[in-house]
Amino acid sequence: MSFEKVAFEKDSSKALKNKKLRKALVNVTDRFRAARLRASSQVEDWNELRASAREIKKGTIENLDKYLLMLEESVKRAGGKVHWAKDAAEACDIIVGIAREGEVSSVVKSKSMATEEIELNSAFEKNGIKVVETDLGEYIIQLAGEHPSHIIAPAIHKTKDDISELFSEKLGIPHYDEPEELTKVARERLRSEFLNAGMGVSGANFAVAETGTIVIVENEGNARLTTTVPKIHVALVGIEKLLPRYEDLSLFLTLLARSATGQKSSTYVSFITGPRRETDTDGPEEFHLVLLDNGRSGILASEKTRESLYCIRCGACLNICPVYRQVGGHSYGWVYSGPIGAIINPQLMGIDKAPELPFASSLCGACRGVCPVKIDFPKVLLDLRKQVVDKEGKSNRVGWHLFEMLGIKLWRLTVESKSLYEAANKIAYYLQTPWKKGKGNLDSLPYPFSRWTNERDFPQVAKEPFRKRWKKIKRELG
Amino acid sequence: MQKKLEKKGIKAYIFVTCLVDTFFPEVGVSMVRVLDRLGVETEFLEEQTCCGQPAFNSGYQDDARVVAERFLNIFEKAINDGSGKEIYIVCPSGSCTSMIKVFYKELFHNSPSLLELVKRVSAQTFEFTDFLVNVLNIRDVGAEYGGIVTYHDSCHMLRELGVNDAPRELIRSVKGVEFKEMEMHDACCGFGGTFSVKFPEVSVSMLDEKINSIVKSGADTVISADMGCLMNIGGALSRRNIPIKVVHIADLLANKGKKA
Repeated sequence: MSFEKVAFEKDSSKALKNKKLRKALVNVTDRFRAARLRASSQVEDWNELRASAREIKKGTIENLDKYLLMLEESVKRAGGKVHWAKDAAEACDIIVGIAREGEVSSVVKSKSMATEEIELNSAFEKNGIKVVETDLGEYIIQLAGEHPSHIIAPAIHKTKDDISELFSEKLGIPHYDEPEELTKVARERLRSEFLNAGMGVSGANFAVAETGTIVIVENEGNARLTTTVPKIHVALVGIEKLLPRYEDLSLFLTLLARSATGQKSSTYVSFITGPRRETDTDGPEEFHLVLLDNGRSGILASEKTRESLYCIRCGACLNICPVYRQVGGHSYGWVYSGPIGAIINPQLMGIDKAPELPFASSLCGACRGVCPVKIDFPKVLLDLRKQVVDKEGKSNRVGWHLFEMLGIKLWRLTVESKSLYEAANKIAYYLQTPWKKGKGNLDSLPYPFSRWTNERDFPQVAKEPFRKRWKKIKRELG
Repeated sequence: MQKKLEKKGIKAYIFVTCLVDTFFPEVGVSMVRVLDRLGVETEFLEEQTCCGQPAFNSGYQDDARVVAERFLNIFEKAINDGSGKEIYIVCPSGSCTSMIKVFYKELFHNSPSLLELVKRVSAQTFEFTDFLVNVLNIRDVGAEYGGIVTYHDSCHMLRELGVNDAPRELIRSVKGVEFKEMEMHDACCGFGGTFSVKFPEVSVSMLDEKINSIVKSGADTVISADMGCLMNIGGALSRRNIPIKVVHIADLLANKGKKA
């Protein structure tokens, strides 16, 4: 399955009709939201921590060139290899190349949004290499042939019954009703995959420039197995995941666990510095770090939207977002969803491939309020909206966009002059006459206003605008 | 009933907003009446139209800039009116106030001379309830209203301006009001300006949740400080024949005796 142009209106419309999905979304986001609130309110200086984290990320991103070279040095010093991938194709080539060189026929993967981004699974499959997702949620969607619909809970769009059905069909087992039974089946299948795999692929939550350590947080233990059992470990890491110092981790791990799942700490936190050392009893013989750009340096170059790179992928913005809550992850049309998807998908894919996404927000700002690095989502969205308009201005406008452009131009002409504005008010008052039914609201209007009146009434233009009333009230009040 | 202000010489220039001017003029009238009752002199500059937000939010920043500059020039005259009074610009909308106080800085970030003007104008600009509580230090305006009331936080008012307590304190001080907080009172109602017509199905599904919260609260009246949200909420309530009244906080505060 590959990604094409994002179709938010179409896909969200489909999602809104899926009652099971909507129920699941409300349940899961409510649960995550409550957990985050509880966990964050236990930390007295939570907002100060967020502000510090933002400062550290800002400093890192603004000096990324320096820290990336430092990271490369540190990883090499620890005995690892470092690869630079400018885009998805190059990253896939590098990783498939490492597998070929190591004569690997079977790969296990732990959860990684970056590997979703480069569509690594299909690259492996095209080259005849078997790849198995080992995070339970990812395992489920791999069996279903779908994409993740949430950054940290990839299969939240699937109910227990969906999974029971899917396991029965794909794994040839009876229908199990209990989650424990389903999990047990997955665990048994995955154990043998771990033991047979020649290579483990992971992402990373953080990469520490000073020490060359990559850090992975998880709750299932599958990432620890992925990164220790097979002979080769490849970590694919977006270049924005850097932290300068080892000591920065305590702050970021606190913020990540509490923001993501409401845990004080994730069940497993793995710190991986290079491959197995002589004194180690286990661990991979080879460690490869693949640093992925894939559009990130473009974001770095844009001063107004650069803070999009501060994101630590906790998913808190998804869980608080009133839009995500209705439409789910797949409506965002690419790997990332919710508010963070609305700002980074257009920037990573190219804004012409996702021109709807910066508008897929009411600009309510709830996301900014929970973001552990305080990304100013509304500000970034507004700048991206401007970019869309500037770009579309050069091409032909059709349909809704034409109406919008004409509407804005007409609006500007009107509000730039008192007399035109007053005349427009008067004209609008008379224009509404055919749709008026007495003194009440208007219950139908022609396109494009019908997009409002299909399900909502619209107020009447007042016979006497405030400016007329002002003169009277002024006299009355003296 | 609150006494008239002891300190005289406060003058409020009304920025009534295009939405109130065109569709809900009584909200502007109510705001003027409340201010007058408290001893604040009011003035309305007829040159005013819109703050520019519709274009800004739609990505048409060049168009927004022209309209915003026009706004700034009009209200620059207000804050320099030579009356020797304490001058404020007061607006019955958290959203339009945010445009001026928060987003004008973004819009004019490249023009230092206009930024200076933005600073001066926005320092004197206040959302209506914020002005009453945090500038005038008044909570009881002497209003009466018999009803069970709930309050919807408009997003811009809450998260751009940080105005949270002021409207609630004012509502609780209205004689006869029983205040009931709804669940998810700070969740967006789905309006979002052009968002409501760009993605109407998403907008309405957000609105559904808001309507459910309002109904569940048991209130017979829903109050907010933004007519954008109230137009959206009210549009659904009236379409669905749900007998819950939609009232702007200025109308509530202007109310005496009989129901608003």
